[in-house]
Amino acid sequence: MYAQTVLTALIAWPAIAAVGVLTAPARWAKHIALAGSLLELAISVPLWWVFQPAGGMQLQVDVPWIPSWGIHYAVGVDGISLFLILLTTFLMPLSILGSYSYITTRERAFYALLLVLTSGMIGVFVALDLFLFYIMWDVMLIPMYFIIGVWGGQNRLYAALKFFVYTFLGSLLMLVAILALVYLVAERTGVYSFSYFHLMGNVGELGTVAFWLFGAFFLAFAIKVPIFPFHTWLPDAHVEAPTAGSVILAAVLLKMGTYGFLRFALPLFPRVALHPAVQTAIVTLSLVGIIYGGLVAMVQPDFKKLIAYSSVAHLGFVMLGIWALTLQSVQGALMVMINHGISTGALFFLVGMLYERRHTRLIEAFGGIAKVVPLFAAVLTIVSLSSIGLPATNGFVGEFLVLLGAFRTYPAAAGIAAVGVIVAAMYLLPALQRVIYNPLDKPENAGLTDLSARELAVLLPLVACIVWIGVYPAPLLRRMEPSAQRFIESVRPAPGPAAAAR
Amino acid sequence: MPSSLLGALWVVPALPLLGFLLNGALALWRPHAKTAVSAIGVGVLVLACAAAVAAVAGFAGLHPAAPLVFRYWEWMPVGDLRIDFALQFDQLSAVMVLVVTGVGALIHVFSVGYMHEDAGYARYFAYLNLFVFFMLMLVLGASFPVMFVGWEGVGLCSYLLIGFWFNEQINADAGKKAFIVNRIGDVGFLIAMFLIFRATGSLDFGPVFGRAAAAFTPGGATVTAITLFLFLGCTGKSAQIPLFTWLPDAMQGPTPVSALIHAATMVTAGVYLVARCNVLFALSPLGSATVAGVGALTALFAATIALKQWDIKRVLAYSTISQLGYMFLGVGTGAYAAGIFHLVTHAFFKALLFLGSGSVIHAMHHAYDATHAHDDAQDMRNMGGLRRYLPWTATLMWIATLAIAGIPPLSGFFSKDEILGAAFALGTAEPVWLLYWAMGIAAALLTAFYMTRLMLYTFHGPNRTGDQARTHLHEAPWVMTAPLVVLGVLSVVGGAFNLPELVDGKASLQHWLAPVSALAGRMRPVVELSKAVEWMLVGGAVVVAALGIVGAVRQLHPETLVPARLAPSETGLGRLLWKKWYVDEIYDAVIVRPVQWLAREVLWQTIDVRLVDGLLVNGSATASRALGWLGSRLQTGEVGFYVALFVIGVLLVVGGAMR
Repeated sequence: MYAQTVLTALIAWPAIAAVGVLTAPARWAKHIALAGSLLELAISVPLWWVFQPAGGMQLQVDVPWIPSWGIHYAVGVDGISLFLILLTTFLMPLSILGSYSYITTRERAFYALLLVLTSGMIGVFVALDLFLFYIMWDVMLIPMYFIIGVWGGQNRLYAALKFFVYTFLGSLLMLVAILALVYLVAERTGVYSFSYFHLMGNVGELGTVAFWLFGAFFLAFAIKVPIFPFHTWLPDAHVEAPTAGSVILAAVLLKMGTYGFLRFALPLFPRVALHPAVQTAIVTLSLVGIIYGGLVAMVQPDFKKLIAYSSVAHLGFVMLGIWALTLQSVQGALMVMINHGISTGALFFLVGMLYERRHTRLIEAFGGIAKVVPLFAAVLTIVSLSSIGLPATNGFVGEFLVLLGAFRTYPAAAGIAAVGVIVAAMYLLPALQRVIYNPLDKPENAGLTDLSARELAVLLPLVACIVWIGVYPAPLLRRMEPSAQRFIESVRPAPGPAAAAR
Repeated sequence: MPSSLLGALWVVPALPLLGFLLNGALALWRPHAKTAVSAIGVGVLVLACAAAVAAVAGFAGLHPAAPLVFRYWEWMPVGDLRIDFALQFDQLSAVMVLVVTGVGALIHVFSVGYMHEDAGYARYFAYLNLFVFFMLMLVLGASFPVMFVGWEGVGLCSYLLIGFWFNEQINADAGKKAFIVNRIGDVGFLIAMFLIFRATGSLDFGPVFGRAAAAFTPGGATVTAITLFLFLGCTGKSAQIPLFTWLPDAMQGPTPVSALIHAATMVTAGVYLVARCNVLFALSPLGSATVAGVGALTALFAATIALKQWDIKRVLAYSTISQLGYMFLGVGTGAYAAGIFHLVTHAFFKALLFLGSGSVIHAMHHAYDATHAHDDAQDMRNMGGLRRYLPWTATLMWIATLAIAGIPPLSGFFSKDEILGAAFALGTAEPVWLLYWAMGIAAALLTAFYMTRLMLYTFHGPNRTGDQARTHLHEAPWVMTAPLVVLGVLSVVGGAFNLPELVDGKASLQHWLAPVSALAGRMRPVVELSKAVEWMLVGGAVVVAALGIVGAVRQLHPETLVPARLAPSETGLGRLLWKKWYVDEIYDAVIVRPVQWLAREVLWQTIDVRLVDGLLVNGSATASRALGWLGSRLQTGEVGFYVALFVIGVLLVVGGAMR
C-alpha cells in the first residue's frame, strides 16, 4: 500500500493542502499550511526505512497518461533522489514556520504557492518520464516567480522576471531537446515514448546531434545550478525573495540543475560528457565557480548576496564531484547538495531573522551583536562553520569526499578546488565578525531581541542535522552508494585499462 | 584491570566535551553561575587527567609493540574508502595526552583566578574545555581525517579564544587572521591526505605507515610532495615561516589561553604530526631537510624580532615561534624523541612564563583600573622593579628563563642540547646540517639575551608604573600562584624524564618513544658522536647561554628606561626588528590587498556586474527589445511599403545568386 502510493501522495498532497489553504479563512492559512507540510514530512519519513539501498529504481508507478504520444505518469526513487525528496519535505515545514511573521500580506496565496511549489519539486525528483519531468520543472517555476515578484523586496519585479526568463529559456531548450530525443529514438525503434528507461536503453549512438542535445540539456541545467557565467540571476533572485523563497531556492531549486546532470545529461549522452573538450570546459567552469564565486562573495556588502555567491562556490564543488566520476566524488557531490541545502538554508533563515528586526541586510548595519543576542550569535557561528566545511560538521563530509574523489581523476583541479576551502573562510568569517563581533557601535542594535521559541524551532532541526551528518554520515552514504555506483557505470560502462591500472 | 581502563579511552576526550556542553549551556542561560562553571570546567580536566594517567599506566603494563586502536563507529565509508571514528593509543599519544591534560588542568585552575571578574566567564570555560577536547582528538585520532577533526577544531577554539573579548575590533581581527592563515596550512594537510590515499589506499595510520616502505620509493616525488604538503600544514598550525604571522597577533586573547593554546599544546601539533609521520619523513630526505631548515631559520628569525618587542606577551610569542623552530629542527633531523622532549619541557617553562606574565598583567591591570589610568598594562616600559611586588612570580619566571636559556641542570638545557647535538652529528656527514646547528646556536644566544632583557625590564630597576598606580600592585591569589609553583618544579626537574646517557642517565623518554619511530630509525640510522665531542658541544652551548645572559645584564640598563608614552621611537636596525621585519606589511601589500582589489574591482564590478550581467544578460534583453521595436516599425500596414521591401529582398537574393 505505502510502496505503491507514497510518491504519488507526496506529489498530490501539497496541492490538495494548497486548495485547503485557499478556501480557509486567511488567519488560519499559515497553520493549515504548516500542518499540511508536517503531514507531507510524515508521509516521506518512512522512505528512509522502506528504501532498499541495493534495489535500484524502486517504488515505481507507471500508468499511461497520454498514450497516443507515449507519455506516461511514471515515477520512482533511487539513492540519488531519495535524499533530495527528504530534504524538500524536511525544509518545507521549517520554511512555512519561518515565514509566520515575515509574510503579512495575502497570506493564503503565499502559503498555497509554497505548497504547489512543493508538489512541483517532488515531481521533478521522482519523474521517470521526460514529459512529466518537463511539466514538473515548469510547475515549480511559476510559484517561485510569484513568490519573488509579489512578496519580494524593492527590486522584486526585475529579479522575478530575470529568474523567470532565464529559467524558462533553459526549460524551452530542454523541451526541444526532449522532443528531438524522443523523435530520434522513435526513428530507430518505431516506438514514440518519453519513458526514461526506454530512452536510456535505446539512445545508442547519435553522432554529432548528441552534442546539440547535450548542449540544450546543459544550458537548462547550468542556468539552474548555476554555473558561471549563467549565474547572475541568482544574486538578484536571492536578495529580493522573501526568506522562505531564498531558502527553497538555494536548498532545493538549485539542486534540480545538478540532479538533471546526474539523472539525464550524463547518462543519456556519456560520450559527449566524457569528450575531452567538454570535460575540460566543465571542470574549468566548476573551478571558476568555486574560486570566483568565493572571491566575489568576499566583497559583497549585502549579507544575502554574499550567501548567494557562496552558493555558486558550493555548487562548483558538486559539478566537480559529478564530472570526476569516482564513487567518492559522486557521493561527495550528493552530500554537498544535501549539506548546502541545510547550511545555506539555515543561513538564509538567520539573515531573514536579522532583516525582520532591522529591515536591512547590509553587513555594515550590524556589529557586536553577540553581546545582545548571544543565542543568535551561537547559531550563526555553528551554521557558518558548517558552511565553510569545518570537520565534524556536515559541510566537511561533502567537500572532503568530492576533493578526495576528484583528486583521483583530476589531481590539479582538485588541488585548485582545495584552495576554495581558504576562500570560504575568507568570505564567511569576516562577515561573521562584522555582524556579531566588533564594537557594538550602532544604537539601533543595542535593543535587538534574541531568538524566539518559534525561531529556535526553525533553526534547531537544522543545527541537529549539521552535527548529525558531520559526525555520523554513514547511514546516508550507505543508502547512496549503489545508486552512485550505477550512475558512474551508466556514464563509463567498463573501466578502461587506464583506470584499472590506476 | 588496567586494560579495561584503556578500553575506556574515549572517556578522556569525552570529559572535556561534556564540560563544553554544560558550560556552553550555562553561558547561554546562566552566565553568572560562576561556581558551577569553575567546578565543571576544572573538574572535567582533573578527571580527564586522572583518566589519562590511568590509561598510560595500563598501557605501560601491556608493553604493546603496535598502537592500540579503538574503533567506535563508521564515519565515511565510500567504496574503497573506509574512515572510522577511531582512536589509537601508543607511546607518543601517551606523552601528548599527559601534557595536554596535565598542563591543561593547571591552566584551567589558573584561569579561575585570572578570569574571575570577567562577564564571559562561562563562555571562556566552555571554549577552553572544547579546546582540550579537540586537542585530545588531534593526538588520539587513529587516522589522518580524525586527526584533522582535532586539527581544525583546535584552530576553531583558538579563533574563538583569541577574539574572546570580541567587542574590540583588534581582538576579532586577530582571531580571524589566525583562522584564515591556519586554513592555508590546512589545505596542505588536505592535499597530503589525497596523495596518501591515492598511493596507499588508506588514511588510517597503521596501514599507511605499514605500507609506506612498499608504496613509496625513498626520496621519490610522491613521498616528498606528501611530506612537504604536511609540513605546509605544520607551518600554519605551529607558526613557522612563512605562516607564523598569526601567532603574535594571537596574544590578543586572555593570557591563560596564550599559555595553553599558543605555547604549550596547540602550536606543537605540527611537531606531533611530523613525529607521528616519521616513516614518511624518513623516506624523504628533502622533506626532512626542509623541516629542519625552516625550523632552524624560524628559530633564528623569530629570536631577532623578540629582541626589540616591548609588549611582554609579544616577546614570549616570538620566543614560542623560535622554540617551535627548535622542535622542528629536532624532528627534521630524525631526532624524534629529542623534538618531543623539547615539546614537553617547553610546555612546562613556556606555560610558566606565560602564566607568570599573566600574573604581572593581572597586577598591572588592577593597578591601572584602580587609578583610572589608561596606560598599556603589557608594555614592559611601564613595569620595572616588579620583583618587590610580585616576589613569587619573579622567582618562578627567573627559573623558567634559565630553563629556556639552556642553563644546566634545568629542563630546557637537556632538551635543547639533544636537538643541537643531533643536528651537529648529522653535519659530520652532510655539512648543511652544520649550518642548521650554527643557526640553532645563534638563536640560543639570542634567546638567553631577550629573555634576560624581559626579566630585567619587568622585574628589576626602578618601577615605571606611576606613583599612584604603584601602590595597587600586588601578588596574585594562590589559585594563580599555585599552578606557577607546580610548573616551576617541572621546569627544574623536567630534564629527568630523559636524562642523557652522557651523564649516566637512562634516556627514559627516548626508550619509551623508541617503538614509535623504530621503522624510521632503521631507514635513517642515527649518527653517533664520540663522548669528547658531545662534552665539547655541551660546554659550548652552556657558554653561549651564559654569554647571552651576561651580555644582556651588562648591555641593558633598566634604570634609563622611560614609560611607554614618553619613549622615543626606534631607528635603524632596531626599528626593523621592532616592526618585525615588516613581514605583515609585505604580506598585506603583496597578497591581501591585491586579492581584495581583484575580487572587488575586477571580478565583481567588471566581470560580474558590467560584463556578464550588464553586457550579456541585460544587453541581450535590450537587444531583443530593440529588434522587437524594429519589427513593430515594419508593420506599417501600407501595401506599397511591403511591395518595396519585397522587391529589395528579391534583388538582394538574386544579386547574391548571380555573383
